[in-house]
Amino acid sequence: MMTFAPLALILLPLAAAVVSFALPERLSAWRNAANLGVACVKLVVVTYLLMQAEAGLVFEWRYEFLPGHDFVLRLDPLALLFVTLSVFLWLLTTIYAIAYFDRGPNLPRFFGFFNLCVLAATGVAMSGTAITFFLFYELLTLATWPLVAHKGDEKSLRAGRIYLTYTLAGSVAFLAGILWLQSLVGPIEFATPPDLAGVPALTLTLIFILCIGGLGVKAAIFPFHGWLPEAMAAPAPVSALLHAVAVVKAGAFGIVRMIYDVYGIGTVAELGLGVPLAALASVTILYGSVRALMQSDLKKRLAYSTVSQVSYIVLGASLIGPFAVIGGLVHLVHQGIMKITLFMCAGALANRMGIKAIADLDGAGRQMPVTMAAFSVGALGMIGMPPVAGFISKWYLGIGALQSDAAWVVAVLAGSSLLNAAYFLPLLYRAWLLPPPADRPAIRELATTRDRMLILPAALTALVSLGAGIFASLPFSPLGWATLIAEGGYLR
Amino acid sequence: MSPLDLLVAVPLCCMAAALLLGRAARGLILLAAPLMAGLALWLALLPPDAAYLVGQWELPLGILLRADGVARLMILATALVIGAVGLHALVEPPEKPGHAAQAETFWPLVYLLWAGANAGFLTTDLFNLYVTLEMVSLAAVALAAMGSLAAALRYFMIALLGSLAYLLGVALIVARYDTVDVTLLAQLAEPDLATLMALGLMTAGLLIKAALFPMHGWLPPAHAAAPAPASALLSAIAVKLGFVILVRLWFEAFPAITGPAALQVLGGLGAAAVLYGSVQAMRQDRLKALVAYSTVAQVGYLFLAFPLVAGAIDPGDAWAGMTLQAVAHMLAKAAMFLAAGLMLKAAAGERIADLGGLAQAMPLTVTAFGLAAVSLMGLPPSGGFTAKFLLLTAAIEQGAYLYAGVLILGGLLAAVYLFGALAACFAPATTPRTPVTGGLRTAAPLALAGLAIVMGFGGTALVELSAIAAPWAGPALILPEPAP
Amino acid sequence: MDLPLSDILSAGHLYALTGAVLVGLGLYAFITQRHPLRQLLAVNVVGAGIFLILGSLGRGPDATDPFPQALVITGIVVAVALTAFGAAMIVRQAETRAAAKPAADDNARGAS
Repeated sequence: MMTFAPLALILLPLAAAVVSFALPERLSAWRNAANLGVACVKLVVVTYLLMQAEAGLVFEWRYEFLPGHDFVLRLDPLALLFVTLSVFLWLLTTIYAIAYFDRGPNLPRFFGFFNLCVLAATGVAMSGTAITFFLFYELLTLATWPLVAHKGDEKSLRAGRIYLTYTLAGSVAFLAGILWLQSLVGPIEFATPPDLAGVPALTLTLIFILCIGGLGVKAAIFPFHGWLPEAMAAPAPVSALLHAVAVVKAGAFGIVRMIYDVYGIGTVAELGLGVPLAALASVTILYGSVRALMQSDLKKRLAYSTVSQVSYIVLGASLIGPFAVIGGLVHLVHQGIMKITLFMCAGALANRMGIKAIADLDGAGRQMPVTMAAFSVGALGMIGMPPVAGFISKWYLGIGALQSDAAWVVAVLAGSSLLNAAYFLPLLYRAWLLPPPADRPAIRELATTRDRMLILPAALTALVSLGAGIFASLPFSPLGWATLIAEGGYLR
Repeated sequence: MSPLDLLVAVPLCCMAAALLLGRAARGLILLAAPLMAGLALWLALLPPDAAYLVGQWELPLGILLRADGVARLMILATALVIGAVGLHALVEPPEKPGHAAQAETFWPLVYLLWAGANAGFLTTDLFNLYVTLEMVSLAAVALAAMGSLAAALRYFMIALLGSLAYLLGVALIVARYDTVDVTLLAQLAEPDLATLMALGLMTAGLLIKAALFPMHGWLPPAHAAAPAPASALLSAIAVKLGFVILVRLWFEAFPAITGPAALQVLGGLGAAAVLYGSVQAMRQDRLKALVAYSTVAQVGYLFLAFPLVAGAIDPGDAWAGMTLQAVAHMLAKAAMFLAAGLMLKAAAGERIADLGGLAQAMPLTVTAFGLAAVSLMGLPPSGGFTAKFLLLTAAIEQGAYLYAGVLILGGLLAAVYLFGALAACFAPATTPRTPVTGGLRTAAPLALAGLAIVMGFGGTALVELSAIAAPWAGPALILPEPAP
Repeated sequence: MDLPLSDILSAGHLYALTGAVLVGLGLYAFITQRHPLRQLLAVNVVGAGIFLILGSLGRGPDATDPFPQALVITGIVVAVALTAFGAAMIVRQAETRAAAKPAADDNARGAS
């Protein structure tokens, strides 16, 4: 069905970006209103689209941007999953960011690029062709760079440089891969997977490596993960969005698209590419966890945790079995909600009490109980404790691994869960059971509106990640939707 | 009256008026910019076979003005670039402190450059092209002289030698074929010694003018030293005329005798220019020198496209890629030089390290620089991306992986040096900044950079425009065999 | 090719050959000389050679072809204009240098 609805999801954040760039700092109230307003309108549009999609409608908008190459925005169920996640989390992150920065410098720039990021992430989700995907994928790189380098100090600039080096090299590999494939089979549309029958197996393998390698940079797959911990130099709202929705998810999402909508599970299995990718994902999962254990900085520990957790999605996609697919897709959402909770909490702790190192967490639970409660839910979810959402992901991944005769993956999952516990539980122990240092002044956690805007979004996402676990069997839960996607196309 | 002769006549009249008006000439741009933009747009919308015989003299003696796709795009881009640069110079006169008279000489030169470039893009007469080449060189040297007389003198000597080599080639063509019209030569040309020598001489001369590696030596000092509006015109327009004449020679007049080996040499030089220019740009610590070396690299892409156009089964994509690369570079580089000029003025220094704090002090100018950088790097969405995408597709389809690799690597290298400059703007300020912003000053680079980005959305229309009366589309002209 | 010597040295060929020699001499001078004024002169010698070649081409056995001649005249006009422009720049450069370095005044004036 041809419609402008997908285009509206692109143009709305663009409008917000233009308003943010244009309004001077003294009109910051108007800027905040525009940002929140647009985020809410998007949420309404997405809810409407979800209801339409439930009825089986697929929205599409296309125009020929170069002869023979269409620019396609297509809202299939997989796209909607990602779009819903990003739109929902963005609303919360916007609230959080407004409170976090309050009256900092360079905010027009920050919110402008922040909205361009939403635009790019939504675009990545809705892309209907490989070229469209690449356009938004690059835009995402460009729009996040000023956010990473936002503070302008030596560390941020270094982080920005490293971020660009990694992601641009990845983009180039990805572009080379898709252009190579297109020169063999013509323009690639996700809705109608190309016929790869005539292409030699070696060529297909090389193209697959180029594409997955390129996408793997953003998905922070080992050994391309180096930029992510560095990017922690960015402000907390940026870290939250980089890790939960925008950048790493775009990479993981692209890998899912490559495996299921470009190559098709049949071809991937035939070429024997699934198992090596699963092995690489497993290495990343364990490596990230071990490195997380070694960090003494809270945000760095969370960053390595992301390196580890995002690879669950890749693992699920590469195992090629019904339950594994569902597990990977649902983790796309679950990891997003849980990780954004953790980062927003970490940001709030740093913002209110100056807590940055893990050693400073002592007694934080007594002073900021709501924040630490949300943090605890997120952390337990990451470990895979029922009934938090993370458990559902790991459960499905485990069963999927057994279905695909890859019992070793279960060992990886178990080992990773142990490591997760090893690096999260000490934090909870410190925060809840140790007394706060005597020299730290007492604070009232939710005293002002600004405090509430800073802390309640995290509380809400913590509740959502609980809900996603408890009500997983309902049709509109992330699990229900992931099952719908898997049944809709990937398991036939 | 047709837009074809008006596009040459109007700037010539403006030049005469500017000479007479002296100090008051600056206001003329307010009239000329919209008028020329309108004419250029009219030209772009003319029917495909639009042509005009100057003075109604028939070929082979007469001079034919003809608007093919390349000419239409280049003239439109020239009108936009000179219009924007002119409006910028209106409020930000290109002069050194204490040299107020300099601004007066700027305006006649701008119109001379405009007339020469337009005539060069439109004409198909090799000798007339020589005259336009000299008009543009004269204006370019004088513009360069506003910055550094020594660099301009060096440019002048080399350019003069290039012109003479070209002229000698034209002399040989006259002797051999008794005509200098490109369209007639296409039917007559034979691969004999005289023709090959003539083509070699003309090509060598033009490569100097187009500053293709290794004949680029004059460009960086001249472009880096000139005042920003002058640099913008030099990098955007002056080097493009040599390129367009080479396109006329290689693809229109002598497609039947340019062998694949010669095309590969041009392509190889282009590839070397991309790499060398980029590496040199990375090593600069002065901002304008960086931007000037980026021109050396960007010119390389134009010639890297030559073997890709000749080797394609359907040259449309590569042809469009080559043309759009020229247009995108014109818009983006002009924007970048103007933005760099403002940034350096605010920073009161000329080194990249002096740029700290500017992202905060003058965000719109830094945005213009950033958008121009996006197009130069070939990142989407931008005209630069569209052009490189088309070239890359052509290269991969032909199995020319070396060129594909250079296209990709060149983009990465450009990202390294351009983001380096941008990152410097984000660093904290070492001294308090007095931003140089406001009105047309900032709007001009922002508009040009914005256009370079918007080009990325109009790919299909631009590709169709570039194909109008293209040599490979016409029945009379045959392209050489695909390169192996 | 066994043309009689007189044919080879017929006026047309003589002009062309002289032109070629002039181009060679001019190029040699352009490369070896460093002073801009000398370089400008060298370029003019190259130009004269080219115009000679161009002019000789129009010389037929009975009638003269006006086309190359027209080209030569245009070329000479362009060359004169450019030479004047180049000379002006060289003078300006000498003046600036003299103004910048009063001590070296004599050298600069002597050189230009």
